[in-house]
Amino acid sequence: MSAATVSRKRPRTVRPGTVLAVIALVVVSAVVLLPIAIIVFTAFKPTAEVNAFPPSLLPDEWTLDNLKQITSELPFLRLIGNSFAFAGGVTAFALVFDSLAAYALARMDFTGRRVLLIAIIATLMIPFQATLIPLYQLVSDLGWVNTYAALIAPRAADAFGIFFLRQFFLALPRDIDAAARIDGASEFRIFRSVVLPNAMPALLTLGLFTFVNNWNDLLWPLVFTTDSEMGTITSGLTLLTGPGGIIPHGVMMAGSLIAILPLVVAFLLIQRRFIENIATTGLK
Amino acid sequence: MSVDNAPARRYRPPAPLGGRRRASCGGLLRRNTRAFAFLAPALIILGLFVVWPMISALRLSFTDASGFGREEWVGLENYATVFTDPDILNAVGNTLLYTVLFTPTAVIAALGLALLLNSPHMPFRSFFRTALFIPFVVSFAVAAFAWSYLIDPQVGLLNYWLGGLGIQMGNVLEDPTLAMPAVAFVAVWKLFGFYFVIFLAGLQDIPSSLYEAARVDGARAWSRLRHITLPLLSNTMAFVLIFAMIAALQAFDQIYVMTGGGPYGNTQTVVMEIYESGFRKLDIGFASALSYVLLIATLVLSLVQFLFFGRREKDLSS
Repeated sequence: MSAATVSRKRPRTVRPGTVLAVIALVVVSAVVLLPIAIIVFTAFKPTAEVNAFPPSLLPDEWTLDNLKQITSELPFLRLIGNSFAFAGGVTAFALVFDSLAAYALARMDFTGRRVLLIAIIATLMIPFQATLIPLYQLVSDLGWVNTYAALIAPRAADAFGIFFLRQFFLALPRDIDAAARIDGASEFRIFRSVVLPNAMPALLTLGLFTFVNNWNDLLWPLVFTTDSEMGTITSGLTLLTGPGGIIPHGVMMAGSLIAILPLVVAFLLIQRRFIENIATTGLK
Repeated sequence: MSVDNAPARRYRPPAPLGGRRRASCGGLLRRNTRAFAFLAPALIILGLFVVWPMISALRLSFTDASGFGREEWVGLENYATVFTDPDILNAVGNTLLYTVLFTPTAVIAALGLALLLNSPHMPFRSFFRTALFIPFVVSFAVAAFAWSYLIDPQVGLLNYWLGGLGIQMGNVLEDPTLAMPAVAFVAVWKLFGFYFVIFLAGLQDIPSSLYEAARVDGARAWSRLRHITLPLLSNTMAFVLIFAMIAALQAFDQIYVMTGGGPYGNTQTVVMEIYESGFRKLDIGFASALSYVLLIATLVLSLVQFLFFGRREKDLSS
């Protein structure tokens, strides 16, 4: 731990470079956090202040009117529920299916493993926008438009998750499952009670990543839902800004606040592990 | 935790106990069945919802499919339209402009901040790291609302503050030259934190002994950066660059919200054209051809990435 003792001695000689760096970082962070601040503060501003000139960041008077109004503009609870069902459903299925496939690719021996791995990596390169039209036709032939199945099933497994988890499973030491094998445990048992518990950091990272990306996706719910009751919070909010849908900024910001709140809270709760895991697992 | 601690073993199955496992054909069959049981759910999903639509899009791209009636085979006509229609060429040009505006800005910002925040002596290091990553969890749509409000010509706070500094931005989203930089900036804001984290990881892989040796040799900060950090970061850099370019080619969300492709089609992108021709005009054959052009552009970039990535894996295990 010599690095720690060195770093403790360091601050005594604060170099001008460090001061400049901190000033630069404060400025950049302020710009980066400004949109978040404007969402939070405008959500609680009375309409008169929102449209006042000169504009200000903080409200003089705090109000819940915007939050009340957004719930009357949209089937708001329904949309939030849909977002949780969609992002949560995709995440749950994808974690199960991806980890099963990744386990086979990383720790089982079977014919054609390399070919299959290359094929999966190849599908990783296909942007979903490019297959959207036939995918829509397929979903519509199945009678799934405006259902959770349409939103969830096509993403219930994905190449990125398989690849990401495979990298992690490969890096787990081989001998962790030796004892279980000697006891005659089945492959599935080893997967579930030896490998998965050791892969929690990777599962958590992939889970949050999948949840965030789906919660935030705009094009996907726009395409697969035409009924406003079946949209997500992300797609629902955009209906308010389109042609003829101009509503006050304060109300939009209240809607935005509710849309980002679950993700920001989840991220802040596990942020340290999340950033470290992106850094240390196969993502780079 | 990294891949390099089991280099030779990585493609080998668990060691057979007592050597009886690889013996019989029945064992092989059983092993294959077992493995495919693990793989089946994912393969069914990927096959049905990724591979099949991809093949289907290729077929549709040679037809005049419109969702109704019979579709006629039209050969390369749709592809000819992609490369001649002025609206599409405009969208392709805009997408390239967006890529050129977005990629270097996001990558340089991410790299610069990662270099600053890699030093363990930087005060408030974990606060800054968290703050810089937060935009990544905010959706493009919400980012678009917030930035649109900030730069609103009447009541925008940022417009007002910059006006105080003597910078008059006017109505940025209605301005034919400023609209594209504005939507690209929102993408930089949203995505640079992700690239930043990948750079941090790359920086942590550089052995600190190299820096100590350079310090002993009297190398200044700049020459350490030029001769150690940047060369050793080149694989990470390639990965991030290509990742960013692919993200740029698929630009849609914030533009859909902020400008809807305007003013005068100046922010119309390829994915917006796919969405409009496929889902609004129901010109499905044409939209499929355009999708395939996007697919091939992405594949080419990804292949370049994969070659870099493959080389890196080899470096790690050798």
